[in-house]
Amino acid sequence: MSAIVKTVSAFMTVPMMIFGLYVILHGHLTPGGGFPGGAVMATAVAMLIAAFGLSQSDARKKDAFSLFESIGLLAFIAMAFVGLQSTFFANVLAGHGWIFGSSVSYGPNPGYLETGGVIPIMNFAVGIEVFAALSAVMLAIMLHRREKHD
Amino acid sequence: MAVLFYQHSAAFAVAVPLAAAFAVPLVAKLGKAARNAFVVLAVVFTQIMSWLMFQRSSAEGGFIYTLGASVPSLASPAGFPVRIVLHIDALSAFMAVISTTLAFVVSVYSFRYMKGRKSLDKYFALLLVMTAGMTGLVTTGDLFNMFVFLELLSVSSAGMIGYYGKGESAEAAFKYMTVSSIGALMVLFAAGMLYSQYNLLNIAGLADAIQFSFIDRIALVLLFAAFALKCGAVPMHMWVSDSYGEAPAPVSAFLVVASQAGLYALFRIAFTLFGGLSAAVMGWGMITLGMLSMFIGVTMAMFQKDIKRLMAYHAVSQTGYMLLGIGVGLAVLSSPVALETFGISAMEGGLFHVINHALYKGLLFLTAGAVIYRAGTRNLNNMSGLAHSMPVTTVLFIIGALSIAGLPPFNGFASKIVIYESVFMFNPLLSVIAMLVSILTLASFVKVFYSAFTGPADRSIKKAGEVPAVMWIPMGILAVLIIAFGLAPDTVMNLFVRPAVHALLNQAGYIGGVI
Amino acid sequence: MIDAQMLAVVALVTLGLSAVVFRKNMIKIVMGISVIGSGVNLFLVSMGYREGSTAPIFTASRNAWMSLPTPQALTLTSIVISLAVTALMLSFAVLFYEKYGSIDTTKRRLKQ
Repeated sequence: MSAIVKTVSAFMTVPMMIFGLYVILHGHLTPGGGFPGGAVMATAVAMLIAAFGLSQSDARKKDAFSLFESIGLLAFIAMAFVGLQSTFFANVLAGHGWIFGSSVSYGPNPGYLETGGVIPIMNFAVGIEVFAALSAVMLAIMLHRREKHD
Repeated sequence: MAVLFYQHSAAFAVAVPLAAAFAVPLVAKLGKAARNAFVVLAVVFTQIMSWLMFQRSSAEGGFIYTLGASVPSLASPAGFPVRIVLHIDALSAFMAVISTTLAFVVSVYSFRYMKGRKSLDKYFALLLVMTAGMTGLVTTGDLFNMFVFLELLSVSSAGMIGYYGKGESAEAAFKYMTVSSIGALMVLFAAGMLYSQYNLLNIAGLADAIQFSFIDRIALVLLFAAFALKCGAVPMHMWVSDSYGEAPAPVSAFLVVASQAGLYALFRIAFTLFGGLSAAVMGWGMITLGMLSMFIGVTMAMFQKDIKRLMAYHAVSQTGYMLLGIGVGLAVLSSPVALETFGISAMEGGLFHVINHALYKGLLFLTAGAVIYRAGTRNLNNMSGLAHSMPVTTVLFIIGALSIAGLPPFNGFASKIVIYESVFMFNPLLSVIAMLVSILTLASFVKVFYSAFTGPADRSIKKAGEVPAVMWIPMGILAVLIIAFGLAPDTVMNLFVRPAVHALLNQAGYIGGVI
Repeated sequence: MIDAQMLAVVALVTLGLSAVVFRKNMIKIVMGISVIGSGVNLFLVSMGYREGSTAPIFTASRNAWMSLPTPQALTLTSIVISLAVTALMLSFAVLFYEKYGSIDTTKRRLKQ
């Protein structure tokens, strides 16, 4: 790709990542959440692949993404297990005043970030997972043609 | 601690294999032995949870587990069920026990069979995801989550079918995925139709509210077709032979229980969700599917040269027996006298056949795997004299073959005789065809036995020898269970099958569990 | 009862099914499945719509008359699943292409 494409996509990566993080972080307040946010972040990776191409050494990056995929999913399930004192997936943090634990009064409000209990944390875990998984899928399909087959 | 497990058994049965699947790539960094031990530990734990579910559902007549509620039994905080509910009755727990038993056997067998293949971490991760998909599909009390778990099961199964990655297995996996995603989308469509009328997704709540309008009947047809497709009944059986044939042998054995999870969903839809509808039509539909599967499955199997494709067609044919048994029960559901005389026992035969089929078909696919492992070919024409070098596998194969053909004293006989007797009272012709199919099955397996195991031993095969103990011990476990079930069918029937049949018939109890 | 989105649902599902049944190109089959999925998703979302309602976001809504959030949650889940299905099927198509040099499903038989 030309120098213009490379430069612009390098610049655009940062705002795209930040927008993805914003969507993840506001997942409990507005439409969006872990999956759309993670997908936005993975789009940045897709753009970088399109602009800069791939080399054989990127196979190691695929493994790193797979690792983060596992970690994200495990974090999600671990948050669900935390609720086990009442039931699986129970929202133990909501309304307890601690992190993300503020309760909101009924009715329209400007949207308070520190609410939602375990939901923002789960959104974050899903965001990591989706970002890593989609990136790993793209890398896997694109690198596959270059690998030597047995 | 024990109370915790007892109370949360349903959540553990779904969540633990799922969590373990994601943890497998991390644990694998500690070494292969650690990974294998971890997989077995996760599967055994899931199986213990399934047993706990069975214990509890037998004792309490079914229970619900509401995800995210303050108390597990609080499904309807606002007067109607809105939450995601796991709904376990004896039938769900029965199916979960079968799937986890096979999961244990298959994972132990895979350690040696798949040794040396690349990306085994992903193989075992997918195996655990499949387990989670099955336990989820049989425990969910929610139509939408049924779709989710169905897709979870399909996607992981497709990954396993295409594991070898060569042309044919990629094609088989593609075919499987095409067929199952269309099936799953039909389930979603039907869920949308029901939701739009009743604002409910909970199966028990829907069964209570349903009016059997025209749209409901369309939804029924979609659900019925989708789940008949998932269990491989005949007009929709085209994926079965490819998938079972191209998958690694342990995966084929596991796919048998995966199709049975589809069978469970079919029964749940027919008996619980649409239980109030005039059941004769549905019952005859199920019987027709069963007869077609039985007959066409076995006739297609006669001509196969590939040992695994042959067994795949037999799996189609045996699914027919289960559909026949349950279908007869469904057809006479509205007449209590007929249900009492032969309907219930037909259903008992059908459900007993589910567990027996999982055992002997699992065993047969694993022996096929052992043969492929040593002989290096799937073509029956290229095998001969394997009995000289593989005596244990030969004995295990004979046990499986006699059991699938329905000869005493093996478990296939125990369930088939119940089906024959009760179906004969319903319609003699159906019973006669079922017996005929059994004879054809025997003929087909005699052919396999003669062409693969007897005759002069091929030199290269002779050198190969018996499969290692890690492979035949799991097969041996299945064989012991087959003989035990064949020798004491009444015990098994009373302990497992009867509670499951009564749970299936007890629609009011299922609805009452939630509302 | 019969309105524009229902017609669109029927059109999408029929289109997708015909692509799956009649096309031999694997990529087009995958596209067909995605189109069926879109049809079903459209059905779910339009079922949850209420005449004159706003998006079910509590913080932004001026009036309490919102469309149902559940079908939208279902749709989002179904989109996620269809993403996994599409990625998986495309990777199978890649593997198929490497063996047979074509993504035409009928070519396999000709080669044997």
